[in-house]
Amino acid sequence: MGSHFELLSEQGLRLDGRRPHELRHIKCKLGVFEKPDGSAYMEQGNTKVLAAVYGPHQAKGKKTESNDVVINCQYSQATFSTAERKNRPRGDRKSLEFKMYLQQSLSAAIKSELYPRSQIDIYVEVLQADGANYAVALNAATLALIDAGICLNEFIVACTASLSKANIPLTDISHIEEVSGGPMLTVAALPNAEKIAFIEMSERFHIDHLETVIETAMAGCREIRDILEAAVKEHLLHMGSAADWARVG
Amino acid sequence: MQTLREFTRKTKRGNILKIVREHYLRDDIGCGSDLCQQCFQNEVYQLTSQHEIQCSLFKFPHYIVLDTNVVLDQIDVLEEDVLHNVIVLTTVLNEVKHKSSSIYKRFNELVHDRTRNFYVFVNEHHKDTYADREPDETANDRNDRAIRVATKWYDDHLQASQSSKEFEHSGRAATRVILLTDDAGNRAKAEAEGILVASASEYVKSLDDFPLLVDKLSRNTFENEKKGLPQYPAHLSMKELLEGLRNKKLLQGAFQASRENYLEGSVNVEDYEKEILIQGRESLNRAVDGDLVAVELLPENEWSAPSEIVLEEKNVYADDVPSEERAADEKDMLKQVQTAAASAERTPTGRIVGIVRRKWRQYCGILQPSLVEDTNRHIFVPADRKIPRIRIETRQAAMLQNQRIIVTIDTWPRNSRYPHGHFVRSLGPLGNMATENEVILLEHDVPHCKFSEEVLSFLPKLPWIITEEDYAKRVDLRDLYICSVDPPGCTDIDDALHCRELPNGNLEVGVHIADVSHFIRPGNALDKEASARGTTVYLVGKRIDMVPELLSSNLCSLVGGVERFAFSCVWEVDQEANILAKRFHKSVIKSKKAMTYEEAQVIIDDPMQQNEIAKSLRHLNRLAKILKKRRMDNGALVLASPEIRFQVDSETHEPLEVEAKQMRETNSMVEEFMLLANITVADHIASEFSECAVLRRHPRPPPTKFDPLVKAARYQGYQVDIESGLELSHSLDKCVKEDNPYFNTMIRILTTRCMMQAVYFISGSLQKEEFFHYGLAAPIYTHFTSPIRRYSDIMVHRLLAASIGADSTYAELLDRKANEEICHNLNYRHKMAQYAGRASVALNTHLFFRGKEEDEEGYVLFVRKNALQVLIPKYGLEGTLYLKSDKDGKSGLERTKSEVVFTFNEEDYTQRCGNVVFHSFDPVTVRLSLDSSNVQHEKLVFRLVKPYIKGFSVELNTEDAADAAPPSKKTKKDKKKK
Repeated sequence: MGSHFELLSEQGLRLDGRRPHELRHIKCKLGVFEKPDGSAYMEQGNTKVLAAVYGPHQAKGKKTESNDVVINCQYSQATFSTAERKNRPRGDRKSLEFKMYLQQSLSAAIKSELYPRSQIDIYVEVLQADGANYAVALNAATLALIDAGICLNEFIVACTASLSKANIPLTDISHIEEVSGGPMLTVAALPNAEKIAFIEMSERFHIDHLETVIETAMAGCREIRDILEAAVKEHLLHMGSAADWARVG
Repeated sequence: MQTLREFTRKTKRGNILKIVREHYLRDDIGCGSDLCQQCFQNEVYQLTSQHEIQCSLFKFPHYIVLDTNVVLDQIDVLEEDVLHNVIVLTTVLNEVKHKSSSIYKRFNELVHDRTRNFYVFVNEHHKDTYADREPDETANDRNDRAIRVATKWYDDHLQASQSSKEFEHSGRAATRVILLTDDAGNRAKAEAEGILVASASEYVKSLDDFPLLVDKLSRNTFENEKKGLPQYPAHLSMKELLEGLRNKKLLQGAFQASRENYLEGSVNVEDYEKEILIQGRESLNRAVDGDLVAVELLPENEWSAPSEIVLEEKNVYADDVPSEERAADEKDMLKQVQTAAASAERTPTGRIVGIVRRKWRQYCGILQPSLVEDTNRHIFVPADRKIPRIRIETRQAAMLQNQRIIVTIDTWPRNSRYPHGHFVRSLGPLGNMATENEVILLEHDVPHCKFSEEVLSFLPKLPWIITEEDYAKRVDLRDLYICSVDPPGCTDIDDALHCRELPNGNLEVGVHIADVSHFIRPGNALDKEASARGTTVYLVGKRIDMVPELLSSNLCSLVGGVERFAFSCVWEVDQEANILAKRFHKSVIKSKKAMTYEEAQVIIDDPMQQNEIAKSLRHLNRLAKILKKRRMDNGALVLASPEIRFQVDSETHEPLEVEAKQMRETNSMVEEFMLLANITVADHIASEFSECAVLRRHPRPPPTKFDPLVKAARYQGYQVDIESGLELSHSLDKCVKEDNPYFNTMIRILTTRCMMQAVYFISGSLQKEEFFHYGLAAPIYTHFTSPIRRYSDIMVHRLLAASIGADSTYAELLDRKANEEICHNLNYRHKMAQYAGRASVALNTHLFFRGKEEDEEGYVLFVRKNALQVLIPKYGLEGTLYLKSDKDGKSGLERTKSEVVFTFNEEDYTQRCGNVVFHSFDPVTVRLSLDSSNVQHEKLVFRLVKPYIKGFSVELNTEDAADAAPPSKKTKKDKKKK
């Protein structure tokens, strides 16, 4: 847990000039593609992700036998997304791991009882990777699912958090902060229900700090949820919706 | 409130990468001035209207912005409590951090000092002061521009704040912002942009109230400098160095100057088994001890061997003319060095072509008396012989004469024989005990300032009482017959022992260690201070505590008859000292008696004493002997080092009597149980915390290190086996000479010098086989028994407490990397503390011999090319008896210029003169006296008395009055002063 690099200056600013609790700039857009049933683009600082959703459609082969919905994810990172060119966009350990995590988190949010014997395909492509790749990918996937009109229990959003040397929790970790050696925690949550769907740590946190770091990540999730919700409403204003839900509240 | 801007940066990591990082610019960063009404201020104003400074250059109140070069060069000026209201830009702070971590540290301390009004302005993230790098602009130019932009903004910002009507009514002069820079280019641009600017030296000279501050200015150039010819080859540029290092043409390593020969040094290069030898002034090429240098290896036919000659620089003067005479002298010396080397074993030799990183620090020393009167230029002679003389400029030379002063190096230009530096501060008059101790502490980097208020605030409040809750948490051992055994006069007692018979016939042995970790809670200022200090440092007659005295001598010290908290390690053993069970717990104890080793010994030896304490001591003593024997059988080494004690006058702190330390059975008794406790605890914490336990290991020395020992013993007809610790220990036992009772001890002293340093480490960082402690022949070891004086023990206590549930863990305790850093510091502090202790003993030895002459029995420890190394067992003192003087007859041996010639035989390391032959370990009688001709390096002079060599030995009856007179006079004078 000994980060060799101080993540927080004595003046209370992080390496990129943020304060500890501040998220990076978030920009997002729904319905960026014609072909898929739903799609979204999400930018969190310099981490940029595209997500596309196909389905629900009839599941193929043996999968039809189960009564549950089959959630099929693909996580891929463009070769040009990192400073040094990657060899394989997908299929490496990290991508496979993230794919599993995406499936796990999303299956907590999708109302699976509504889609028996069907399949939903979610494709995520990271265009530029600058930290918290998984979290941004999940947020983009959430937006794409909403765009595709798939029923969700609620927004599922993810956020990362870390700890400075002086034990001050930091929200939304950028790439430079990730590699500087600090521990990182990723939480995917259903903020309204205050439920955690998924949690991952890069290193062990001491028990004394774990709670505050999780709380910091949760606070980040709530903030991101508000931003996503605003984006969805904005999108629906343009698209128009049957229930005129966007104008409510 | 945040805007996003991106900037690109190329870094080279083999190939060029384009890195894009976010950079947020903010509008919530305050300017920190109490004049400003616009800024959002989230802390106390740092820039205030107090502390107006009288300056003839700027005759109005002003804030100061410092350029990076000013911070780097003039840190000594900044450290004086003169400049206030300084704006520190993050651009500058980052540059300083990059260039010199030691200056960054010092500068940071200033920034943190609230009374100095240094305000850190985050200009890099302020929306109005951020300077984006323009195309074709170097990083340096950008930083300069950023500094100018920020200065300009500050000035404008403050003008705007001060333009209000109210302010105008107050009639005060408006506060401006000035920039101090020593960079001519930056200065010209700043002037063009309308910024008030001055160079650091101009500004300091314009301060009317502080005329002496000028002395502290860094000297990049001397005024009225004669442009001399280059005396050194030029250094390669950084680019060439990196290039050369990359393609392996050059080698990089830390330069170590030789203590004995100023024209010689060596460079330790990684991957190289042997260090690379550097000989001659031009090859040394301005490297100072400690610098990280680049070396070019010479072709093998030019390789040389380290000379065994002691060479010291003669007096030099500030005018610094490279006289031909001296050049010739030097050549001669070099030749001597090299011819001497020719026959011996050659080692890789090189020359220094560039300096990768300077490791200059502050140096203690004295001013050399100047020949020319009324000059500002002087030569400073450092106390450390590895450091060259330094040229400084000062106006207070008369006052600084006979004072110990501190000087720092600024530059070393090619045309100057010596580096240029400047005066930092004075420590006090020469020869004063307090000054001399200060020098020792500074030279060994021992933190010794008073404990700060913040640190003291974490001490327990007095009167300290033990509450019911404390009793409930701890095991009550107040009824046991626990006692402590320590050296006389010891006030920080950290261990106590007990032993009692159990009903089943076994014995219960307890080691009780002061529970320091109860009082020092992790992470607070007290803990940090203790961690930084690492260890208590013992000088003769003075102790520099690791923890404040209230803890070290009172609350933690296990004094007799008082209830104290302890951490106990209790074993059940049978009569043969086999351990049957062990347990650890925190306890409350009441030591029945605090004894000295002598007292304990008397009690053990006196059969009339039959009380509980006596019984307990006898059991302990008996068990200790069994334990010791077992340890010896395992191959633990009995090492010897000459140790002495001083009886110090309580008033003047001058040594009255010297005696070699006595070893009693009781010393070994206490030691044995401390070892047992340490090993038991080490075993326990290593199994509980496999990743982060603090342990101590003693690596086995490489066989080459034993060479001098093996050789020396072989010439005496003894075989020393170094295969394993056990064999070594056995063969050492066999080195006994009937006619020379001290022979065995000397062999052991030599063995001690072959050993490696024992070091602390973290269990996760090494393989289990490497945990081994060679000297103790223990597979695992740690320090548990002296938490009052060692921080490592506090860490071990915390780990142990956590493992038995007596205390909670905390994040840093289990953090391997953080613990490694602490261990690193502890190892450094321990080494330095040891050196400081030795230096203090040497100092007191000198004081003791002031004005005395004594003939003492001694032994030749080794034979060198031009000297004998002589050991005096009575004082545990070691010194050099010069046989050949170098040409100018220094070391006061003019007599040897006569026909007495010693021949050195390299085959068997002997010196022969006529029919007298000196071998290693031969007994000799020498006369000791103090040579005070060099006030800084007073040294003991050894002169031969027996065996008598005509024309060389001191005549037994006729006192050599001329030699003895100067020191004795000096003492008288000193005494009068007091």
